[in-house]
Amino acid sequence: MNEKISLFKENGKRIDDRAPDELRPIKIKVGVLSNAQGSAYIEQGKNKILAAVYGPKEALPKHISLPDRCILRCRYHMAPFSTPERKSPAPSRREIELSMIIRNALESLVMTSLFPRTVIDIFIEVLQADGGTRCAGLTAAVLALADAGIPLRGLTAACAVGKADGKVIVDLNDLEDKYGEADMPIAYNPTLDGITLLQMDGIMSKEEIEQALSLAITATQKIHKIQVEALKDRFSVTKREV
Amino acid sequence: MSITEQRPIVSKLEKQEIYRLLAEGKRVDGRSLLQYRNLDVQLDYIEKAEGSALVELGNTKILAAVKVGVALPFADTPNEGILIVNAELVPLASPVFEPGPPSEESISLARYVDRSIRESKAVDLSSLCIIPGRSVYSLYIDLYILDYDGNLIDASVIASVNALGTTKLPKYSVEGQNIKKLDEYFKLELKDLPVSITYAFFGDKYLVDPCLNEEYASDFTISMTVKSDDRFCAIQKNGGGMISPRGFLELLDKSITLGKELRRVAYSKIAVNG
Repeated sequence: MNEKISLFKENGKRIDDRAPDELRPIKIKVGVLSNAQGSAYIEQGKNKILAAVYGPKEALPKHISLPDRCILRCRYHMAPFSTPERKSPAPSRREIELSMIIRNALESLVMTSLFPRTVIDIFIEVLQADGGTRCAGLTAAVLALADAGIPLRGLTAACAVGKADGKVIVDLNDLEDKYGEADMPIAYNPTLDGITLLQMDGIMSKEEIEQALSLAITATQKIHKIQVEALKDRFSVTKREV
Repeated sequence: MSITEQRPIVSKLEKQEIYRLLAEGKRVDGRSLLQYRNLDVQLDYIEKAEGSALVELGNTKILAAVKVGVALPFADTPNEGILIVNAELVPLASPVFEPGPPSEESISLARYVDRSIRESKAVDLSSLCIIPGRSVYSLYIDLYILDYDGNLIDASVIASVNALGTTKLPKYSVEGQNIKKLDEYFKLELKDLPVSITYAFFGDKYLVDPCLNEEYASDFTISMTVKSDDRFCAIQKNGGGMISPRGFLELLDKSITLGKELRRVAYSKIAVNG
């Protein structure tokens, strides 16, 4: 953060030619792995992320199970080659925190009381990272859960908002995340009007947070539509095969 | 892997009582909904550390100590000192703390405190450079949770900032590429006094500074760190559940007001010293 990098061009566009409230191109495919009960792949800008779900299955060892609900196990992990410098494959402190934050966001989404004493495993593998991986990973994980046929309270979409060069922006890329002033990942469930994941680091005033939150809601609603389309694609194909 | 936590069971009666009182705007320990517990700060508790503070927030007791060293700077910040926060949930503090590698709770606590201090720029890391690219000061903040009665985040931020406020760094003389420790010290200057405000949610009702039973009975918590200029430098929702966007925005004004009050109480000792 020593040298000052300009994150806006003279024409008012961002370094990757986006408007402040513009998302990166998003491509989602549901049902991409053969072994997992549910899976999804997302590309958001240069992010490439796989999510897979195994379960509900018997919770072993037994003492981890809960009598009135299923438990969730979540692993967010970045591949060693996903970043400019090789990342050690051992889970970092950041990955441990994000696994927890993502699991927290899913706890209220999954109808856990339907599957007492079982466990659902959720795996998120970041193959290529370019900022906003926890959000894109969560967006994909939700679809993997839906693909596995696990009853959910709607779909949750996630997107980071933040601030760069004094302007509030949406869907930060790696450079904007590194050199910008603030980063606020948000997951929002439009069906229930609820925020399930919320973090912020960097500096923002109350007014900027208000503005960023409204951008995040619009952005997650757009991603939600893409999620719905991806699910439709998945299951219309199945129908034809039958 | 992060696994759904097994919360110790709060008895049904106790939980019902928390909810019943909440509906009347009251709490189990007689506090009002937006009232903090008694706060006690003891500075310079550990003489062998360059800075330290023992903080008691109700029955939650946290010792923060700063150890200072000299290290090679990180490659991407050759002109900046190093700041590292570590939190130990010491087994003697609670039956739910177990010995072993750091739990996700302790990691996330340390990372939140780190963000609160780093992003608020409370410590000017560029003033901690001795020889660019070669020698910089390293500040290790170790948080020791000694007694656990909820709201570790707010108490840890207060303990860390107080410990930093008492920190004295040894001076070094520079001769070419070599440095020599002198027998002189200078005080670490704090540029900001961040405070974290934590809310526990029960449906759409909430209270501030939850004690342990309130924390266990709640759906989730939200912490936000406010800088001296009323801007925010860290926010985190912990636990399942969801909050409406309107409910979240409501907290911003509350945090600014509560932050001012808490900052005055929490940092009165280091402010006087400075």
